[in-house]
Amino acid sequence: MPRRRIVAALLTSASLITIVSACGGPFPQSTLHPAADLGFEIDRLFRLIVWLAAGVFITVETLLLYVAFRFRARPGQPPPARVHGNTLLEVSWTLAPALILILVAVPTIRTILRTERERPGALEITVVGHQWWWEFRYPGSGVVTANELHVPVGKPVVLSMTSADVIHSFWAPRLGGKRDVLSGRTNRIRFTPDSVGVFMGQCAEFCGQSHANMGLRVVVEDSVAFAAWQERQLAPPLPPDSLSPLAREGLDAFRKIREPASNTCIACHTVQGISAGVLGPNLTHLASRSTIAGGTLPNTPEGLTRWLKDPPAVKPGSKMPNPGLSDAEIAALVAYLQSLR
Amino acid sequence: MATAVAPSIPAPARSGLWSWITTTDHKRIGILYGVTAFAFFLIGGLEALLIRLQLAHSNNTLVSAETFNQLFTMHGTTMIFLAVMPLSAAFFNYIVPLQIGARDVAFPRLNAFSYWVFLLGGLFLNASFLVGAAPDGGWFGYVNLTSRQYSPGLSIDFWVLGLQVLGIASLAAGFNFLVTIINLRAPGMRMMRLPVFTWMTLVTQIIIVTAFPVITVALVLLMFDRFFGTTFYSVAAGGSLLLWQHLFWLFGHPEVYILILPAMGIVSEVLPTFSRKPLFGYAVVVYSGALIGLMGWGVWAHHMFASGLGPIPDSVFGATTMMIAVPTGVKIFNWLATMWGGQIRFTTAMLFAMGFIAMFVIGGLSGVMHSSPPADLQQTDTYFVVAHIHYVLFGGAIQGLFAGIYYWFPKITGRLMDEKLGKAHFWLSFVGLNLAFFPMHFIGLLGMPRRVYTYRPELGVDSMNLVSTVGAFIIAVSLLVFAYNAWRSWRRGRPAGNDPWGGATLEWSLPSPPPPYNFSVIPEVVSRLPRWSVTQMKAIPEVPPEPIHVPGGSYWPLVTALGIITMATGAVAHTLWIVLLGGAVLIFGIYRWAFEPFEA
Repeated sequence: MPRRRIVAALLTSASLITIVSACGGPFPQSTLHPAADLGFEIDRLFRLIVWLAAGVFITVETLLLYVAFRFRARPGQPPPARVHGNTLLEVSWTLAPALILILVAVPTIRTILRTERERPGALEITVVGHQWWWEFRYPGSGVVTANELHVPVGKPVVLSMTSADVIHSFWAPRLGGKRDVLSGRTNRIRFTPDSVGVFMGQCAEFCGQSHANMGLRVVVEDSVAFAAWQERQLAPPLPPDSLSPLAREGLDAFRKIREPASNTCIACHTVQGISAGVLGPNLTHLASRSTIAGGTLPNTPEGLTRWLKDPPAVKPGSKMPNPGLSDAEIAALVAYLQSLR
Repeated sequence: MATAVAPSIPAPARSGLWSWITTTDHKRIGILYGVTAFAFFLIGGLEALLIRLQLAHSNNTLVSAETFNQLFTMHGTTMIFLAVMPLSAAFFNYIVPLQIGARDVAFPRLNAFSYWVFLLGGLFLNASFLVGAAPDGGWFGYVNLTSRQYSPGLSIDFWVLGLQVLGIASLAAGFNFLVTIINLRAPGMRMMRLPVFTWMTLVTQIIIVTAFPVITVALVLLMFDRFFGTTFYSVAAGGSLLLWQHLFWLFGHPEVYILILPAMGIVSEVLPTFSRKPLFGYAVVVYSGALIGLMGWGVWAHHMFASGLGPIPDSVFGATTMMIAVPTGVKIFNWLATMWGGQIRFTTAMLFAMGFIAMFVIGGLSGVMHSSPPADLQQTDTYFVVAHIHYVLFGGAIQGLFAGIYYWFPKITGRLMDEKLGKAHFWLSFVGLNLAFFPMHFIGLLGMPRRVYTYRPELGVDSMNLVSTVGAFIIAVSLLVFAYNAWRSWRRGRPAGNDPWGGATLEWSLPSPPPPYNFSVIPEVVSRLPRWSVTQMKAIPEVPPEPIHVPGGSYWPLVTALGIITMATGAVAHTLWIVLLGGAVLIFGIYRWAFEPFEA
C-alpha cells in the first residue's frame, strides 16, 4: 500500500524533525531551567500537570487509534448494534477528569498562596516600564538604573512595578513568571534568586512598535559584588576636568541645546550633576551596563555609534529621534558616554 | 414578493448576479457566507505565511516592525471574525433549516442583511491596508495602547468601527437562528430530537446574542475615548485599564466557544454517520455543550492572570477554568464510544472529524496547563499560548469545519468531492499543522514571547521556528489541494443523489441540492434519527402536492447594510456629512424594507 506508506513516512519524518529541532541550547530565557524559588515552584507545578496531561493524551489517542483499526468497516458485516448510551460509563468518564483536575487544582492554589506571601526584609526595587526600556529604582539606596537589574543572590527581592505609558509585562523566565506592568496600579513579583549569573528577559505584553526590542537582564551576584556595584552606582561621575579631551568635547555635545528641543540629550536624560531629564534612561553610570537600547545593542563603541547615528533604525518607533549628529560629535559622545562608569 | 410555486409555475429567477444580490434563500446565503469566508480565510492565511516567513530565523528583516504588527493583528481579527465565525454561519444557514424540517429561516431578509453587513464589514476592515493604516494593536486591542495618545492614526479607528459593524451582522444572525430553531421546527421535532449540530448552533446563538453586546459596549467606550475625548479608559482621569480587559475577555472567552461549538456539532453528525451508529449519549453530549456555553461565562479572568488580580480571584478563575475541562472531556469520550463497535468508513469527512478529536485533545490539555495561574504566568503571552490556540482553532474548529464541508458538499452541490484529493488534503493539513504548531510549545517554554517581530539568535529557537514556518507552507499547499478539489468537484464531481452517506437526519431525505422550498411536504418527525428509525419516515414527494409560499428577493437588506458601512466610512474619515448620509440611507433602507409590498 504505497499511499499508506507515504502517510506513515510523512508522519514519522515530521515528528523526528520536531524532536531534533528542539535539541540544543543553552536556552538563556528558558522557563524550564529555573534559578529562583519562584521559578522552581512554577516548574514543579508545571511538570506535575505535564505528566497528568501526558497520561490523558496517551489514553485518548490510544483509544482513538484502537477504535480506528479495530472497528473499520469490512464487507459483509451485519449492521452494528444501535447502542444509544450507557449511564455507568458516562458517569465514570465525567468523574475521572474531575478527579484529575482536583490533583491539579490543589497544588495550584497552594503554589499561588506560597508564591504571593509577603517576604519580610526583602530588597524592594521599583520597576517602571517605558516604551521601550526598563527603569529600575532602588528606594533603599537611591540607585537608579535602566534595563539591567542587579540583585544579591539568596536574598528575597520584591519588584513593585508600574508603567509610565502603555501596558508592559516584566518577564525574566529563569527567575519566575511574568507580571503586567501598568499605570494606575502597582503589581509585584516576589522571588529569591538562588544562583549567581546573568538572566535574560524581555517585555511580554504587546506594547507597540518595538515590543520585541524591550529586553532586560537580571544580574544576580554575591552580596559583596552587589554591595560594590551599589557603591559605584551611587558615586558621582568623573568631574569634567579629569575627562579626556575627546570626552570633554562629548560632554559639550551632550549639553548642547539643539533644535528641535527633542534632539537635545539633556532634555530627556539624567547624568548626575549635569542634567535632570526623566523621559529617557538615566545615563550616570551607562558604561557599567553591558547592553544599551533595551538590550538591542552591546554597550561597545560600535554599538553606541550605531545607536547615536539613527536610534529609530535600531529600535523602530524609538522615542529618541535621530538627532542628526555629525560623525565627529558621535565619536566625542561615545567617548563621553564610555567615561560614565 | 410571494410566489406560488407549483409544478407549472417557474420559480423566481435562480441565476445571474442580480438573483444573488437580492436572494433571501437561506441556502444561497449559506453559499455566499461559505465562499466569502473562505476568501477571507485565504487572506488571513496569507498574513500567517508572511508572519512565519519573518520569524523563519532570528533577526530577520523581511517586513518592518510596523507591518508585522499589522499582520498579526489582522491575522487574528480576520481568522476569528471573518473566517471561522462566518464559515460556521455558512453551515447554520444551509443546514439548520434542512435539519429541522423548515422551508427557510424565520427572517429571510434579515438573514440577507446579516450577510451583507458581514461582507461589507470585512471589506471595510481590509480596506485599511489600502490606505496604509491596517489595525496594529492586536486582535485584543488592549487600552491604553489603542488610545488616541499611543495610536494616533486611523488604524485603531478602522478596527473599532469594523468590529462594531461585524457585531451587527452577528447579532442579527444570532436572533434569526434562535427564532428559527425554536419556532420553525417540523411537527414532532421536539428539542431533544434536534440533531446535535442544530443544538450546538442554538447554544452558539445564545452565546452570540449575550456576548456581542459586551464587546459592543467596550468598543463604544473606546470609540468615545478616541473620537470625543471621553476618559473611560484614562488612568489620569480615574479610569481603569483593566476595565477594557474585563469587558473584552467577558466577550472574548465566550467567543472561543462561539468558534468551537459549531465544529463540535459537525463532528457529532459526522462520527455517527460514518460509524453507522447513533451518537453515544446524545443527551449528555447536548447537555455538556450547553454547559460549556454557560460555564464559558465564568472563566474570563484566566486571560488576565498576569495582570495582578490577586491570589483569591486567580484561584477562583483557575478552578472554574479547570471545571470546563469536565464537559469537554465527556464529549471526547462520548465520541470515542460512538465509534466503538461501529463500522467505520474512512471518508475524508470522517478523517477530519477524527483529526478534530486527536488534535483538540492537545489544545484542551495545554489549556488545562494554563488554567493553573502560576504555570500560566510562565506561559501567557508566549508562543506556548500560540500553540494552544492553534490546536484549538485549527486542529479543532478548522478541522471540524472541513469535516462539515466534505460531509455536506454533496448536499449543497449535488456532487461528491473527490476522495483521493480529499485525503491528500487531510494528510497534508494534518502533518502541516503539527509541524507548524507543535514546536511552538517549546518555542514558548524556551522564552519567546508572542507578537514580537524579531528575536535574538541567543534564544536558541531558530531551528524550531524554521520547522514551524515549513509547516505553515505545507498547510498552504493542503489548502490549494482543497480549493482545486472543491472547484473541480463542483463542476464535474460524481452525482451524489439524495443521500450518499446513509445519514440519519432530515436533510438527507431531500434532493441534492434541495429545491428552493426545501420540503415539498413538511415531514412529521417521529424520532431523533428519522431516517434510521424502525418506523421509517414517509418519503418526501418530489413534486409539491400544493403551491408553496416562498419568500421572494429583496435588495433592501443590501441598501440598509450599505447605509451602515457608509456611516463607518464617514467616521473613519472624520467627516460628519458622510456619517449623516449613511444614517439617512440606513433609515430609508429600513423603512422601505419594512413596507416592502408583497407582489402577487
